[in-house]
Amino acid sequence: MPDGAQPVLDVRGLTVVFHTRAGSVHAVNDVSFTLQPGELLGVVGESGSGKSVTMMSLIGLLPSPPAITGPGEVHFGGRDLLQMPEPALRDVRGGEIGFVFQDPMTSLNPVFTVGMQIAEPLRRHMGLSKRAAADRAVELLELVGIPDARRRLGDYPHQFSGGMRQRVMIAIALACDPKVLIADEPTTALDVTIQAQILELMQELRERLGMAVIWITHDLGVIAGIADRVMVMYGGQVVEHAPVHELFSNPQHPYTQALLKTVPNVQGQRAKRLTVIEGQPPILLAPPAACSFRDRCPHAWELCHRALPQRYPMAGNHDAACFLCDPGLAPTRPAATSPEVQDA
Amino acid sequence: MLDAAATPGAAPAAETPAGTPLVEVRGLKMHFPIHTGLLRRQTGAVKAVDGVDFTVMEGETLGLVGESGCGKSTTGRAVLRLYDITEGSIRIGGTEIGHMSQGALRKHRPTMQMVFQDPQASLNPRMNVSQIIREPLDEHTKLSSKEKDEKVLELMDAVGLNRAFARRFPHAFSGGQRQRIGIARALALSPKFIVCDEPIAALDVSIQAQVVNLLEDLQEQFGLTYLFISHDLSMVRHIATRVAVMYLGRIVELAPREALYAEPLHPYTQALLSAVPEPDPALARKVERVILKGDVPSPANPPKGCNFCTRCPQVMEVCHEIDPAPRHLPDGRQVACHLYDDTNKTAGETAAEPSRPTEHQQGVSP
Repeated sequence: MPDGAQPVLDVRGLTVVFHTRAGSVHAVNDVSFTLQPGELLGVVGESGSGKSVTMMSLIGLLPSPPAITGPGEVHFGGRDLLQMPEPALRDVRGGEIGFVFQDPMTSLNPVFTVGMQIAEPLRRHMGLSKRAAADRAVELLELVGIPDARRRLGDYPHQFSGGMRQRVMIAIALACDPKVLIADEPTTALDVTIQAQILELMQELRERLGMAVIWITHDLGVIAGIADRVMVMYGGQVVEHAPVHELFSNPQHPYTQALLKTVPNVQGQRAKRLTVIEGQPPILLAPPAACSFRDRCPHAWELCHRALPQRYPMAGNHDAACFLCDPGLAPTRPAATSPEVQDA
Repeated sequence: MLDAAATPGAAPAAETPAGTPLVEVRGLKMHFPIHTGLLRRQTGAVKAVDGVDFTVMEGETLGLVGESGCGKSTTGRAVLRLYDITEGSIRIGGTEIGHMSQGALRKHRPTMQMVFQDPQASLNPRMNVSQIIREPLDEHTKLSSKEKDEKVLELMDAVGLNRAFARRFPHAFSGGQRQRIGIARALALSPKFIVCDEPIAALDVSIQAQVVNLLEDLQEQFGLTYLFISHDLSMVRHIATRVAVMYLGRIVELAPREALYAEPLHPYTQALLSAVPEPDPALARKVERVILKGDVPSPANPPKGCNFCTRCPQVMEVCHEIDPAPRHLPDGRQVACHLYDDTNKTAGETAAEPSRPTEHQQGVSP
């Protein structure tokens, strides 16, 4: 992918806080990343790591209150999306930035036909006539591989299977030729054989349409197969970021290392015992003042409990938010730390 | 340690050598009637499980995999007689329970337990942990209150729950801890056989490994036998001794774990395995995927002939006509596919071609 090119999306220092009666939840803390034209950025993390909230906050999809987005900057097409008034943001959302959600059953409206739901963004954003929008909807359904597209325009979501519904969702997201497509766990609710169909379709569409994609998932296997670059999130922060081959062959953050080991394979060596990450993910009631992985980290030492690691850049467009990666700290680090994650 | 609560029916496990069948299921059918019209007349049936045979050996873990709607959960529930089955025979520890009345079954319940998929939905929110784990003891044993309290704490230790949390309610626990409560409840009566119905599907990856390791430890400690139902093929490869693959209410293939993953025979197993994303970018981009077209047919109206004939990449004419019977191969494998009929022997060999060299003998024993 073009490395020096102007990014389509440039996010800097994004923060999201939910103010609830039980207290404030700091769901996203100082997240920065860029998205290059035409690339697929994978975002991995467990539930509660802030991956979905980050992406939804970019285009103002979080209800406010309770969510407060900012401080931070989201540069897209020369504008800062966080400063944009709601009506202008509505033109971006569904137009230049498309969104595919996890569960196609709850994100399609059950009382409107699929044809109407695909035509809606076309009429709203591109000002197409009813007839032109219907024609384009047929094209889109054919593009995502739904047979007999013209007849199916009049069908309701419940008449489609899970995989077909997700195809419809993708068709809606693609309707206005978005520059960026955000896919939030689009295959998690699907069976593996259907997931394989959707992954193949996405790769094909990306090549054909040249859009940039942000793919959110907790499945490292999916990421390994489709992403160009990967961003690992934990406790509302980016803990590691690297090109996909680099991340899988040379993970630097102890969380990434442990995560890669907890997943059993279908091929290759079968581990006698699964590696476990002991403990629970952090509860984000305060903005992080120290490393959020410290309580589960086999390498944690005194510094990790009192300071927040920044993202240390390394060779090969790789960075990790861990004091182990700070070359200046190497002499002060306790000798016991080995790069191997210990088996639990 | 946990044998105090054992009912007369539950003999101490792990005494019997491996290789003795504990659970034998023959011709199991579970059809759910479809009623339509004003008179609610039965007009058809959803054939969720349609003729399933398998045996679970004492002390082993039989993995049951398949996509949603293939009937794997129904099979698990039917084996424990949570349903009144349509047809077939189920023998657990030599006792035929297939058509036993629910009243008579009660006596046998302690030997067979279940761990459910969603720990949120399977724990009563108004009962605290101690009450939840205690409930089976109240129902099935005559222990004194003090003995029960002691037993509950022992069980909490066994599954790695802090004793101090005994009075807390399920909402105060995370998903992984809730699943531990469910496991402790299943263990309360010292069962021999536990059906684990997608016990890790609702958990995060890092927590999944904790629960799977716990299940393995408990199996070793108490000599348990598992039927492990899951759609996660990589996790099943980790935990199971043998694996059965289900498609549309039938078992299409059953084989020892290593043999199945190294050299899947049935075209459906081949497609299913190739569809699993590998967490290795070099490998993931290299493998040839078999992408199945279309969706699973409705179990209310399965296709004529082989159930898989509508999606099979190697479909032949005979597949649309005749339903393939399960064939037992010499190495303990079982496959239901016409490619492996004696007359089509050569076709069968070419079908298995894309997989790796035959190394399926090595990992037969766990």
